Amino acid sequence: MSQQTHQPLIEVHDLERTFDVRRRVEGRRRRVREQVRAVHDLTFAVQRGEMVGYIGPNGAGKSTTIKMLTGILVPTGGELRVAGLDPSRDRVELARRIGVVFGQRSTLWWDLPLIDSFELLQKMYRIPPSRYRENLDRFVEILDLGAQLDTPVRQLSLGQRMRGDITAALLHDPEVLYLDEPTIGLDVISKGRLREFLRSLNTERGTTLVLTTHDLQDIEALCERVIVIDHGTSVYDGTLAGLHAQGGSTRTLVVDLVDEAPPIDVPGADVRRVEGPRQWLSFPTDASAAPIVAAVASAYDVADLSIQEPDIEDVIRDLYSREA
Amino acid sequence: MLHVAVATRAFRRYSTYRAATLAGIFTNSVFGVIYSFAYLALWRANPTAGGYDAQDAVTYVWLGQALLMTIALWGGGATDDLAERIRTGDIAIDLYRPVGILGWYLAADLGRAAYQLLTRGVGPVLVGVLAFDIALPGSATDAAAFAVSLVLAVVVSFGIRFLVASTAFWLLDQSGVKVMTGAFAIFFSGLLLPLVLFPGWLGTLARALPWASYVQVPADIWLGKHAGTDLALALGFQVLWAVVLLAACQGVLRLATRKVVVQGG
Repeated sequence: MSQQTHQPLIEVHDLERTFDVRRRVEGRRRRVREQVRAVHDLTFAVQRGEMVGYIGPNGAGKSTTIKMLTGILVPTGGELRVAGLDPSRDRVELARRIGVVFGQRSTLWWDLPLIDSFELLQKMYRIPPSRYRENLDRFVEILDLGAQLDTPVRQLSLGQRMRGDITAALLHDPEVLYLDEPTIGLDVISKGRLREFLRSLNTERGTTLVLTTHDLQDIEALCERVIVIDHGTSVYDGTLAGLHAQGGSTRTLVVDLVDEAPPIDVPGADVRRVEGPRQWLSFPTDASAAPIVAAVASAYDVADLSIQEPDIEDVIRDLYSREA
Repeated sequence: MLHVAVATRAFRRYSTYRAATLAGIFTNSVFGVIYSFAYLALWRANPTAGGYDAQDAVTYVWLGQALLMTIALWGGGATDDLAERIRTGDIAIDLYRPVGILGWYLAADLGRAAYQLLTRGVGPVLVGVLAFDIALPGSATDAAAFAVSLVLAVVVSFGIRFLVASTAFWLLDQSGVKVMTGAFAIFFSGLLLPLVLFPGWLGTLARALPWASYVQVPADIWLGKHAGTDLALALGFQVLWAVVLLAACQGVLRLATRKVVVQGG
């Protein structure tokens, strides 16, 4: 028992997944079989209670990894353990212990009132009635779903549906919750509430969270640790701050001058672009913006200023171009 | 427990479309009237065709109209949901669930069938009883056997529809196969014309195919054409096809899951 608590919840070692793809080639009648490596040489471990951001550009292998972690895709190489189980072999057993939320797919029954989906899940996961009531009451209260319980799912707004989906994924007390783009399409307030809920879930229940997203703010709000995947393998595993530093990414100061001017010359920042009176200056992420803003303001007539944080895609792109 | 809950939800889901149900009952009744007159003309020309008398023939018509939607004769029902989930990829979500796919969809389809039976089954039969001289089951045994036969008809039809829907795993879309098998079902179930009228080898073939379970077998039980061992054989025929088809469904599902899980879709 004590050994189990020290063991990582998720262990991935040299994980590999290749796909056979048939491709048309000029001058050949038959399509040529090719092997594409969606994931390769992927190694990481996640401890119980961690909140991990799993990020990377489209086609990097995020979904492929999640599918293998949840057991609906068999790896072609390497080792994989989740909660001591082999996901694809013990898929049904594992299904009782994990929760999965997709931003773009729903696990709820479209034509039925929301409460019916929850009741079906209670029977499906054989959740003890008292535990079910307790969880349902709590999630419905925190996620403010009380008024929607009798509404058919197809009539719910995107935000309500997402909250319904998250409740559905948590009713059976999963040890780990996988979230795939959970805030996609949500408004700012809904996003904020959802993040707050996920954070409390982690601190109060110790639920491990694995989150894939394109939204840097999701990661910043929730994850101390980030794994960046690109071209099928991990290119970074560490803190978010470390990622910015390692990626050598920059922030951008957008300056609107009163009049057009030659490129601004201040220490610590370089002009990247000039468009009429507007100029874009870049400076390192770990440097303070204050002295640069002060220098610009004292030397020029400034109409407006704004700072743009680096885009996660840029950070990853920087990171990847360095790797290559 | 879970499967009862699934069936109940499916029943409730279909019951929300009231206008469609009423329109359906009307349509079935109109066709019932048209077929009845056609059959009456036919049996006036040949009063013992296929071993039926005119009353048997008219009864057969209304039973066919009642069974049509209950068994989802030309497709539809829970298996359409399955095909749609395969097409959209939502089937992946079903794989995350700690419960078998086949049993789930069968339960949902039985819930649907129960609703269709009470509305589009009972409705037209009431119209038929009022407008024509329809025979009722001659004994409690026949009535009970008919009920069993009806459930088996739904299961056999489900098996075929599930296999058709599963083709979406490979073809992405079931509609071509669905139209084709739907045409077979209309012809070989005896919906258009009782299989007892099919001559020679065509009749033998038609009565051996699974579609005979749809209309011909339950209707003959209702009409009291089977008794004793013959009745057991008729039900056994349906059970056999139900078992064979469900086993085939399970096999296809295993192949499909392998395709999705091992080959990656």
